[in-house]
Amino acid sequence: MITVNTDSKLDKIDVNALTEEQTALSIRDLDLYYGETQALDGISMDIPKGRVTAFIGPSGCGKSTLLRCINRMNDLVDTCRVDGEILLHGDNIYDRNVDVAALRRKVGMVFQRPNPFPKSIYENVVYGLRLMGVNDRRTLDEVVERSLKGAALWNEVKDRLKESAFSLSGGQQQRLVIARAIAIEPEVLLLDEPTSALDPISTLTIEELITELKSQFTVVIVTHNMQQAARVSDQTAFLYMGKLIEYTDTNALFTTPSMKQTEDYITGRYG
Amino acid sequence: MNNWFKSGSPWIWMTAGSVSVALIAVLGLVALIAWRGLSFFWPADIYEFHFSDTERQTIIGEIYEREQIPVTRLSDAGADVSQIEGEFVTRYLVKIGNRELVPLDFTWILEPDVVSMDTPKDLVVLERARNGNFYGYLHDVLENGESVISSGDDIKVELRERMARALELRNEAEAISKGPIARINYELEQLRLDRRRLQLDNSYTEAAEAEIQAQEEALRAEYREIEQGLFAVRAESERDGVIMIDMRGEEVRMSMNMVLNATWANDMNLLQKWGYFFSQIGKFLTEDPRESNTEGGVFPAIFGTVFMVLLMSVIVTPFGVIAAIYLHEYAGKNSVTKLIRIAVINLAGVPSIVYGVFGLGFFVYMVGGTLDQIFYPESLPNPTFGTPGVLWSALTLAILTLPVVIVSTEEGLSRIPSAVREGSLALGATKAETIWRIILPMASPAIMTGLILAVARAAGEVAPLMLVGVVKSAPALPVDGNFPYLHLDRKFMHLGFHIYDVGFQSPNVEAARPLVYATSFLLITVIVGLNLTAIGVRNRLREKFRALEH
Repeated sequence: MITVNTDSKLDKIDVNALTEEQTALSIRDLDLYYGETQALDGISMDIPKGRVTAFIGPSGCGKSTLLRCINRMNDLVDTCRVDGEILLHGDNIYDRNVDVAALRRKVGMVFQRPNPFPKSIYENVVYGLRLMGVNDRRTLDEVVERSLKGAALWNEVKDRLKESAFSLSGGQQQRLVIARAIAIEPEVLLLDEPTSALDPISTLTIEELITELKSQFTVVIVTHNMQQAARVSDQTAFLYMGKLIEYTDTNALFTTPSMKQTEDYITGRYG
Repeated sequence: MNNWFKSGSPWIWMTAGSVSVALIAVLGLVALIAWRGLSFFWPADIYEFHFSDTERQTIIGEIYEREQIPVTRLSDAGADVSQIEGEFVTRYLVKIGNRELVPLDFTWILEPDVVSMDTPKDLVVLERARNGNFYGYLHDVLENGESVISSGDDIKVELRERMARALELRNEAEAISKGPIARINYELEQLRLDRRRLQLDNSYTEAAEAEIQAQEEALRAEYREIEQGLFAVRAESERDGVIMIDMRGEEVRMSMNMVLNATWANDMNLLQKWGYFFSQIGKFLTEDPRESNTEGGVFPAIFGTVFMVLLMSVIVTPFGVIAAIYLHEYAGKNSVTKLIRIAVINLAGVPSIVYGVFGLGFFVYMVGGTLDQIFYPESLPNPTFGTPGVLWSALTLAILTLPVVIVSTEEGLSRIPSAVREGSLALGATKAETIWRIILPMASPAIMTGLILAVARAAGEVAPLMLVGVVKSAPALPVDGNFPYLHLDRKFMHLGFHIYDVGFQSPNVEAARPLVYATSFLLITVIVGLNLTAIGVRNRLREKFRALEH
């Protein structure tokens, strides 16, 4: 059985009855097709503000696909088609006249493998700001320091900001990528299996970091590691075959799952 | 045996063998060209041949080639072979120079005819501005037709001093005619065009006419003055002379300003020979050609080749990269795109002369002709851009090499990990921003690879250039001191065409043959040099934009 660490958890809330104030994102009847194949089927859920929400499920269940819907990364796939709505501040992000670049500035994303740009550590962090036309040296310096501190990387790299980002270790690179994402102060931070390519110690650092981050950001994390979901998240959604099976408080999901499929999965009967 | 086959060893031997054959072929080729080209600059011994039959005179010259020929071939040709023993006989090809005195500056000598051949230390080779080398003995050094010195060791010193003086004056005269005189001619031509332009505009007023005439008059006055100076320098350089004894034993007078260099090749030690070798190579690289390219250096051809290739690179890189970005990033992934891609790749297989014809028809006649009518009506009917030139050559070769750049840039683009693209997009970058800030820098090593292949192809290409801009001998370089400094309409010389011209269009094929090897070796060196530069740049970029390594 999975043990849930309750020290860092926020007060329990009912995720299926959130007030408008508590909600960061609302997903409504979301269907997604890759060509003829349906990958997501009628997903509806509210993601609460300032908390960590985890998506778990076996490989191919659609958890990453769902995550990538939230900042419209799936637009890059030619054959992908989306029905339904995702509401951010009450506006559907799939509306025709939505500025996708602006949306992605509000909804940042960190990927499975660290993907720093072939630039210096400093330039990696300020990349998003430079895109917005910010070139003032003082502002940039401040943001770099704040973001790297926020990503728990500052002390390790403060003396070598001009060095290539490739000179960092994998775990450091992943924290750099997180620093890069929070430098533009998004509202929501999407983490797509952020530790799957890292060693256990780096994983631990990142997990601690995630708990820190929720004080400022709404965090949504996809993970195939149930212990990780139990450790870092406040509420957990279990997806299976493109459907949302169960979505509730992490503690409740791992100790008293209400659905048979959830129980089978967390006790290791499949997946 | 069966086990040996199973072990895979034959496969390894076969592959290694193929590589070795290729390697040996390439190295052999380069070694052959290098040897034959470079030995041209080495001071050859000068021989004096004496013959048994008293009617035949002495022959002085350097041995160009030795070959063994069967005696039967000689008797078939009607020669008297009664004296010759054995089946084979050695035959020398001797370069005797002195082109103005003998009908042929090469002669064949059969070894059995020779009584003795020696290398007297006081035999001298004069390198001359006209008529090629002179072989003979130094007899007298003259000043104003009077003998200054005619014997002793000091004669060499005296000759060298006076030769250096004449050479200096010669260079001075050349500097005048290439510098101020060329400038004045250029300005006079510009004034003529100004007048013509005004006449075409119907604004050729008397005031304008007076002004142009005044300017012309001023230029002509300046010209006359400079010309006087030039004549004075030339007259001064004619002061000294030299009397030589040629192989017939006759005295030959020549003016010192004809003599470029005197070498006592038989009297050189090894160090001097090496010095001579390198100074000859230096002259070959820096001097203009003489005597319809069979003597002198190839500097304009080196300059033309490098300039044209650089110009082509500047044109082809942006075009190729932009086309590749469209094909890879924006164009829909459908059959039309595929068709375009196949067409582009196949363009690389079109014979280069076809591009030459296209360049002549499209660029030179159509584009150039239109440009002339719009911008240079005053110089018509003389074409400015409506005639082959370095710009059209560069453009034609740019089209020729475009497919290479497109294909390798596309390959580079597809090698960039999608994680990096997504990372940029996830930070709120648009596709164009991602391409400009992340993708292009990361693809730059691949772009450089394309450019390297393009340069390698373009620098060696001759056929299309013959139609769109290359000439045997260009009066001026495409870059000079007259405004606008860069004259893209000018014709230019090219090492590849130079090889063809020297080797096959030359009035004196035998004399030009070593030049063919030397120029070929130089062309290879230039191409390798250009490529190594590009490869150096690429490796630096690779190091900088090394893709994610895990």
